[in-house]
Amino acid sequence: MSDKILELSHLAKKFGENEVLKDINLTVNRGEVISIIGSSGSGKSTMLRCINLLEEPTDGKIYFKGQDIQSKECKITEYRSKVGMVFQSFNLFNNMTALENCIRPQVTVLKRKRADAEKIAREFIEKVGMSAYVNARPSQLSGGQKQRIAIARALSMNPEVILFDEPTSALDPEMVGEVLAVMRDLSTTGLTMMVVTHEMQFAREVSTRVVFMDSGVILEDTVPEEIFTNPKEARTREFLTRILGTN
Amino acid sequence: MQFFKNVWETLVTYHSLLLEGLGYTMLIALTGTIIGLIIGIIMGIIRTIPRAKTGFGRVVQKVGNFIISAYVEIFRGTPMMVQAMVIFWGYAFIAGGNTLPLVPAGIFIVSINTGAYMTEIVRGGIISIDKGQFEGAHAVGMTHFQTMFHVIIPQVMRNILPSVSNEFVINIKDTSVLNVIGVMELFYQAEKIQSMNLQIFETYVIICVIYFIMTFAVTRILRFFEKKLSGKKNYVICGSQSDPAAEIRVMEDEGDVR
Ligand SMILES: Nc1ncnc2c1ncn2[C@@H]1O[C@H](COP(=O)(O)OP(=O)(O)OP(=O)(O)O)[C@@H](O)[C@H]1O
Ligand SMILES: [Mg+2]
Repeated sequence: MSDKILELSHLAKKFGENEVLKDINLTVNRGEVISIIGSSGSGKSTMLRCINLLEEPTDGKIYFKGQDIQSKECKITEYRSKVGMVFQSFNLFNNMTALENCIRPQVTVLKRKRADAEKIAREFIEKVGMSAYVNARPSQLSGGQKQRIAIARALSMNPEVILFDEPTSALDPEMVGEVLAVMRDLSTTGLTMMVVTHEMQFAREVSTRVVFMDSGVILEDTVPEEIFTNPKEARTREFLTRILGTN
Repeated sequence: MQFFKNVWETLVTYHSLLLEGLGYTMLIALTGTIIGLIIGIIMGIIRTIPRAKTGFGRVVQKVGNFIISAYVEIFRGTPMMVQAMVIFWGYAFIAGGNTLPLVPAGIFIVSINTGAYMTEIVRGGIISIDKGQFEGAHAVGMTHFQTMFHVIIPQVMRNILPSVSNEFVINIKDTSVLNVIGVMELFYQAEKIQSMNLQIFETYVIICVIYFIMTFAVTRILRFFEKKLSGKKNYVICGSQSDPAAEIRVMEDEGDVR
């Protein structure tokens, strides 16, 4: 039985005259791990940012568990606490330690008691293998470590969906693995994930669905095996050839 | 020498007036700077509220931002001495001849004057914070106010501390203009003393030195705090790399970074 958690309906976004997203339709079911691939500038980030309302869609609707997230009844801060986001540039709070980064959002947004929040934060920091660094400040961490803390921060909010926007693109090659390993782990927990990525192996092995975007539209949306072995669209084939560097 | 003799006598005879003046100068400069900073932060938070969605909200926002801009421009574009007269006698005019108590009036004037400068300083501080800090906070569900209070302002404070110290030093000197409304700060006391001992030069040299000692000491003390706050950029990881059971701790390096 499929349980719709997110639904994008005729979503569009313009920056001035520049139509970045055109009539995007996408349904995300609970527990799915969706990889979003496509060339640079195709609108992948913009789509995730619209889902989190960091960008305001110019047209169309986004439903979270059936509710229009832009309606008056939907409290945006509450919605955002349920739909976490992990950025390419980490965006950890520079004025807080790693642990505090994971505690403070729980206390301020979810109104959890500090002691409870700390327990939860430590649990997730342990899960991403960063327990040794709870007292470190972001400036003292490597990129991969920052991203793992950023993931722990998102998890600490107990979200129903996490959006990842190229979580490994800003990392040195030797740190990509540690972050992908954490994400691989997460994908087995039943968490709904949407991952914009250039890591094709990850997309192929971990995701339940792959979405290919090109110039603001979704060109293909299918299971990984299908898209990687038998892409329907010429654009998809072209993109995969270029990025995989084979055939 | 006559000069030193006169200086010494003035110090002995009028030290209580001088100390009183020094005390008021510091009190007004310090509280004025702190309240000014608070005004600046509040204005900064208001000015960065995201654009309202409704038409009415947008009008309120426009008017609010206009008032803040007008406040900043007017108070930065006129002398504090004139502001002191306008506010002090303006109140007397409206209140039918009652005047404000002097020291609170002085603090009020310095506060709103400083607030105008601080508004610009804080604005610059907020602009210089990486956009990712705002997005990280919004993405976990923080409101604008929570974002500012928990994430942005603490970072802004650290960055603008040198400018704030500078404002404090300026205020120590500029409280002297409050003599026009009769606040008993240091300059006012000097005027009073020289009218009694008739030694104009000696008296003003004395307060000149006192002003310098105050600003010099404050500059040094604040620089010390700036250094402390700007933090240790280096760190060492204590623990064992071969024995995973050994506790690993990240410690701040004791070395001075500047
Ligand atoms: N804030 C903005 N203002 C104006 N144009 C923007 C803005 N953000 C993105 N764009 C434009 O929208 C288009 C899509 O950008 P987007 O970041 O969504 O692409 P992307 O698929 O994530 O690419 P990449 O793989 O390089 O991250 C680009 O042409 C970009 O220039
Ligand atoms: Mg992108």
